Amino acid sequence: MEETPISRGFRPKRQEQTPTDRVPPGQYVTTDFPVLSAGPTPHIKVTDWTFALQLGGSLLGKWSWAQFEALPQTTIKTDIHCVTKWSKLDTTWQGVTFDDLLKEVGLSEAPAPFIMAHCDGAYTTNVPVADLIGGRGMVATRYEGLPIAPAHGGPARLLVPHLYFWKSGKWVRRIRFMQKDERGFWESLGYHNYGDPWKQQRYDGD
Amino acid sequence: MTVTDAPSSSKRLEWQLAEVRDVVIETYRVKSLQLLASGWQGHLPGQHIDVRLTAQNGYQAQRSYSIASPPEDDLLSLTVERVDDGEVSPYLVDELRVGDRLELRGPIGGYFVWTAEKSGPLWLIAGGSGITPLMAMLRHRDRLPSRTPALLIYSSRSLEDIIYRDELDAMVGRDANLRVVPALTRQQPKAWTGHRGRIDRATLAAHCFPPAQRPAIYVCGPTTFVESISGLLVELDYDPSSIKTERFGPSGG
Repeated sequence: MEETPISRGFRPKRQEQTPTDRVPPGQYVTTDFPVLSAGPTPHIKVTDWTFALQLGGSLLGKWSWAQFEALPQTTIKTDIHCVTKWSKLDTTWQGVTFDDLLKEVGLSEAPAPFIMAHCDGAYTTNVPVADLIGGRGMVATRYEGLPIAPAHGGPARLLVPHLYFWKSGKWVRRIRFMQKDERGFWESLGYHNYGDPWKQQRYDGD
Repeated sequence: MTVTDAPSSSKRLEWQLAEVRDVVIETYRVKSLQLLASGWQGHLPGQHIDVRLTAQNGYQAQRSYSIASPPEDDLLSLTVERVDDGEVSPYLVDELRVGDRLELRGPIGGYFVWTAEKSGPLWLIAGGSGITPLMAMLRHRDRLPSRTPALLIYSSRSLEDIIYRDELDAMVGRDANLRVVPALTRQQPKAWTGHRGRIDRATLAAHCFPPAQRPAIYVCGPTTFVESISGLLVELDYDPSSIKTERFGPSGG
């Protein structure tokens, strides 16, 4: 790699808006909430919605919308970081933590070290269990106190805010435990398998 | 969906220097940058790249831009629309000159991609500068010895906002298998023969490949445009898995 050249005449406009302790390298802060998905937005009625936890071929637990709403609810305020370079600060989400889901199915710990999130629209994404337990991940059903809009992943999306946001799969319907890690949708198409924004793990090999 | 073993074997996409060889004025707010990237390994139509700028004080900004050129071209072409309150696009559109150098890496994205091997007719629906990755597909297709039927529905605000107008006219002129349906949403000249107003369900039903022909569909534009068009296509019975979308958020730039 040659030395990084100064871009003649380039003057930063967003540097002040970008606190480096909160915004990972290569990101900028937005107040919008951009939408990124690979296909049409599925519109699912909550009456048709179910959510399942699965290990191999066996079902560990399955909930209707009403049952899921009755699970212990947790609210978190967090920053989110999209691989397309925007970051959004102080977003508030409510849902059921991964820890509480495990408890609900009677497990004191996860039965396998990896999960694949399966979503409507055939989207998948893989996450290590270590990144979901200890309050690090949840299945979110509210954004800023309101039901999540379909374009943003409603009725329910995975939320793993410390990884790039494609890991927070929209329209999640099933979480499948895996003994061996497998790649999900974007992870099979050139994006990084893990996706740590602070290490700029955007693409395969980063 | 492909399932592979997770460990990665691929090489890192390294930053590389590209030199601006030409700047083409497309509209009053859009330019195409023709770049010579000597280490470029090639790309597929529809893929994008990351551009990185470095300020005097060391601050860096990165953005993604779709590649407008086909894989066959020697120069890499990026078509950039100025986002007025943006940080990177005003620089690329207003400041960058022939001879300047840019850092880039790519190609990125393996889903919103079309190549000749793909079966079925090609149906492209663009809103504004969302035409860019679709133009790479049309330019690639234009160079093929045998061309699958293709349809582009292209929505712009006004006549002055249409990007690649002459080139699209020329392509249609030499290719009976290509249809282009332009739409103007805000202002139309008196003699305008294209569609007037937004692309709605009736527009899509009137200019389409029927679902039975299983077209490969690519929709690119601002979020509201893509949400509306892809939703209408699903209502019109197109298989959601045949509809690939790329959205340009309002916070781009």
